[in-house]
Amino acid sequence: MLDLVWLIPALPLAGFLILLVAGRRLGEPGAGWLATAASAGSFVVTVGVFLALLGEDHHHRSHVVTLFEWLPAGGFSVDVGFLADPLSITMALFVTGIGTLIHLYSIGYMHGDAGFSRFFVYLNLFIFSMLVLVLGDNLLLTFLGWEGVGTCSYFLISFWFTKDANASAGKKAFITNRIGDWGFMVAMFVTFAALGTLAYSGENGILEQAHDLAPVTATAIALLLFVGACGKSAQLPLFVWLPDAMAGPTPVSALIHAATMVTSGVYLMARVNPILAQSYDWAPTLIAWVGVATALFAATIAVAQTDIKKVLAYSTVSQLGYMFLAVGSGAYVAAVFHMVTHAFFKALMFLGSGSVIHGMGDEQDMRRMGGLRKLMPITAVTFIIGWLAIAGVPPFAGFWSKDEILLYAYDKSPALWAVGLLTALLTAFYMSRQVFMVFFGDERWGHADDAASADVAAAGVPAGEPAGDTGLTSEHAASVESGADPVSQEPAHGHEGAHAQPHESPWLMTLPLVVLAGLSIVGGGLNLPFTSDLHLLERWLEPVLEGNERVIDVATGTKVGLAVVAVIAGLLGIAAAVAVYLQKRVKPVEPQILAEGWRFDSSITAFAGGPGRAGFEAVSAFDKQVVDGAVNGVAHLTRGSGRGLRLVQTGFVRSYALGLTVGVVALLAYFLTRVSF
Amino acid sequence: MLAIAEVTPAWYLVLGSLLFTIGAVGLRVRRNPLVMFMCVELMLNAVTLTFVTFSRMLEDVHGQTVVVFVLVVAAAEVVVGLGIMVALLRKEPEATADDLTVLKG
Repeated sequence: MLDLVWLIPALPLAGFLILLVAGRRLGEPGAGWLATAASAGSFVVTVGVFLALLGEDHHHRSHVVTLFEWLPAGGFSVDVGFLADPLSITMALFVTGIGTLIHLYSIGYMHGDAGFSRFFVYLNLFIFSMLVLVLGDNLLLTFLGWEGVGTCSYFLISFWFTKDANASAGKKAFITNRIGDWGFMVAMFVTFAALGTLAYSGENGILEQAHDLAPVTATAIALLLFVGACGKSAQLPLFVWLPDAMAGPTPVSALIHAATMVTSGVYLMARVNPILAQSYDWAPTLIAWVGVATALFAATIAVAQTDIKKVLAYSTVSQLGYMFLAVGSGAYVAAVFHMVTHAFFKALMFLGSGSVIHGMGDEQDMRRMGGLRKLMPITAVTFIIGWLAIAGVPPFAGFWSKDEILLYAYDKSPALWAVGLLTALLTAFYMSRQVFMVFFGDERWGHADDAASADVAAAGVPAGEPAGDTGLTSEHAASVESGADPVSQEPAHGHEGAHAQPHESPWLMTLPLVVLAGLSIVGGGLNLPFTSDLHLLERWLEPVLEGNERVIDVATGTKVGLAVVAVIAGLLGIAAAVAVYLQKRVKPVEPQILAEGWRFDSSITAFAGGPGRAGFEAVSAFDKQVVDGAVNGVAHLTRGSGRGLRLVQTGFVRSYALGLTVGVVALLAYFLTRVSF
Repeated sequence: MLAIAEVTPAWYLVLGSLLFTIGAVGLRVRRNPLVMFMCVELMLNAVTLTFVTFSRMLEDVHGQTVVVFVLVVAAAEVVVGLGIMVALLRKEPEATADDLTVLKG
C-alpha cells in the first residue's frame, strides 16, 4: 500500500486533465461529481497509506517512492519522489478529506454558475498541487507544488474576473506571494550550495545532514524559508493579500485561504525542523514574535470588520500567527495540531458563511443580517460549534490546540504568552460579535436599503463601507449578470428585491457543514494533554521531529492554571460581545482605523505613490544616467578616438610607403645600435 | 691604368643596397602605378641578391631556399597587382596612384 503514495496526487491530476478536456461537455453537475470523486479517491488512498504506515515499526515510518529522475544535471539531481511519513500523511489526510467535503459543498454552491466546470478544473488542480507540495520528497518538488497552489489561488481569487476588483485581488495575491517565493528560492540555492542536495529524506538528505550545517548557514536557510512562509501563510508584513483573497468564491476561501494552502508555510517550517534546531537561538524567537504579532494585529482588525468573510479572513491570519508562534516556540506538534483543528473549524465557518451568503441572496454585509438562526438552523448550529471551537471553549477542538500553543509559548517567554492570551480574548470577542450579528438579534434584512442603514445606525454599528473593502459584497454579481443565478430555480428568491427571504441551503451544502462540525467537536481528541497515552499526535509525529520538539518543564498545577486563565479570557471575550452586541448595554467601539486594517494597505499605497515613487524614480534616473551613461560613454569614447585616428589613413599609397620606410629605418637603426657584430 | 679589382661578395652587397635604395626611392617619388610596381620588384630582387650573397659568404644553403620562396611570392604578387592595375587603367587610362584614395579614413 505504501508504494501507492504516488496515486494520492495522481488521482486529482487525472481529474484535472479529464475536466480540462471534457469538463464543458460533462457540464453541471457531472463535472463537480467527477472532481469530487477524484478528491475522494485520493482521500481513500491516503487513508490506506496512513493505515499501512501505522502498521510499520515506529521508527520506520518513512517511505519514499521515487518515480523518475526529474533533473539530472551533473552533481545536481532532483527526483520526482513522494515521501510518506507521519507529517506528510497528516497533511495529506486533511487536505484530501476537507478538500473532498468542500468539493461536495461546491456542487451546491456553484450551482448555476456559468463557470461551473472551470471551477472544478481549478479545484482539482489545486488539490494536486497541494499534495505535491506536501508529499514531495525534495525542496524543489515542494516548490513546484508551492507555485502550483499559488497559481490556483490566483485563478480562483479572480474566478469572477469580469469584476475589476476580483481581478486585482488575484494579482495582489500573486505578486505578494512572489516576494515570499524569492525567499524560498534563495533558501534552495543556499541549501544546495551548503549540502549539495535538495532531497529531504535518505542518508544524504537535508534533514539527516542538517546537524552538520554551520549555525549561520542554518539560520540563513531557516529565515529565507520563513520569508517564503510569510508570503504563503500571510504573516506580517506580507499578509495583505489574504483579506482581499476573499473576492473568490466562498468554497475557495474555505479550502485554499483557510484550511490548506495558507498552512503550507507552517508545514514547511515543521518539515525543516532540524535546520531550525541548528540555527541560532534568535531565529526561532524571531519567528515566534512575528507569529504572535501577526496574531494580535489581525485580531484587532477583525474586531471592526463588517463583511462576514473579512472577519473570517483576518481571523485566519490571526490563527496562522498562532501556528508560527508554536513553530517559533519549538512546539511543532502543537503547530500541526492547531493546523488540523483550525482546518476543521475555519473551513466550517467559511462554508457556513457561504451558506449564509447563499441563503441571503449574495449579501455579505453583517449589518444587514441578524436573527438568521431560525431560518437557517443547520448553518446556525454548525457555525456556533465552529465559533465555540475557535473561541477556545472546552471541550471543542480549538481549545486543546490553542491551549497547547500557549503552554509552550509560556515556557519560552511569558511575554509571548501574554500577547497570545490577549489575542485569544480578542478572538473570542470578534467571533462572538460575528455570530451575534449574523444569527441573533433583530432581523435587519428584508428592508429597503435606506431602512437597513438606518437600522444599522440604530444598532450603533458605524455605517458606510470601510475603505479597505474593495467591493467584495455580492460576490455572485458576475454569475448573476451572465443570467445563471445560483438560486434562480426558486423564483420566490429572486434578486430583484433588496433582500429575499433567507433560506436554508440544500443538503449538498449542509452535509459538509455537519461533518466539519462533528470534527470541530472531537478534533481535540487527537492530542489530549491528560496522560501520555493520549498524546496521539505527538507520538505519531515523533519520528519526524527527532527530539527537536521543545521539552517543557512546567508543573501540572501551572498547566491547569494556564488553561483556566485561557478559558476565562475566552469567556470574557464572549461576555463582552454579549454585552455589546446582544444586550446592547454598551455602545460598540469600532474605530475606523481598525475597519481600515490599521491603514496598512493605504499606507503601502501612499508610500508607493509618494516617497516610494520618488525613490523608484531616483533609481530609474540612476539607471538612465549612470548605468546607461557608462555604457554610452564607452561607445562615445571609442567613436571619438576612431574619428581622430582615421585621419592617419590618407589613402595615398606613397604615404603608406613612407610609413613603411620610416619603420624599416627605425628598426634598422635600433638593431644596428643594439646588436654588436 | 685600371687594375681589375677582384670581385668580392661585398660588391654584391653594395649592388643589392643600391638596387634597394633605387626601388625604395622610386616607390616614394613616382606616381605611375606600373613604375611603382616595378620599383617593388626591384626591391624584392635586391633582397634576393643579398640572400644569395650571404648564402655564399656563410656557406649556408638556407639563404638560397629563401630566394625560391621570394620568387613564388613575387609571382603571386604580380598576378594580383597586375590584375588590379589592368582593371584600374582600363577604367581610367591616365590614372596615377594618388587617384586611388578609396581607403581614405
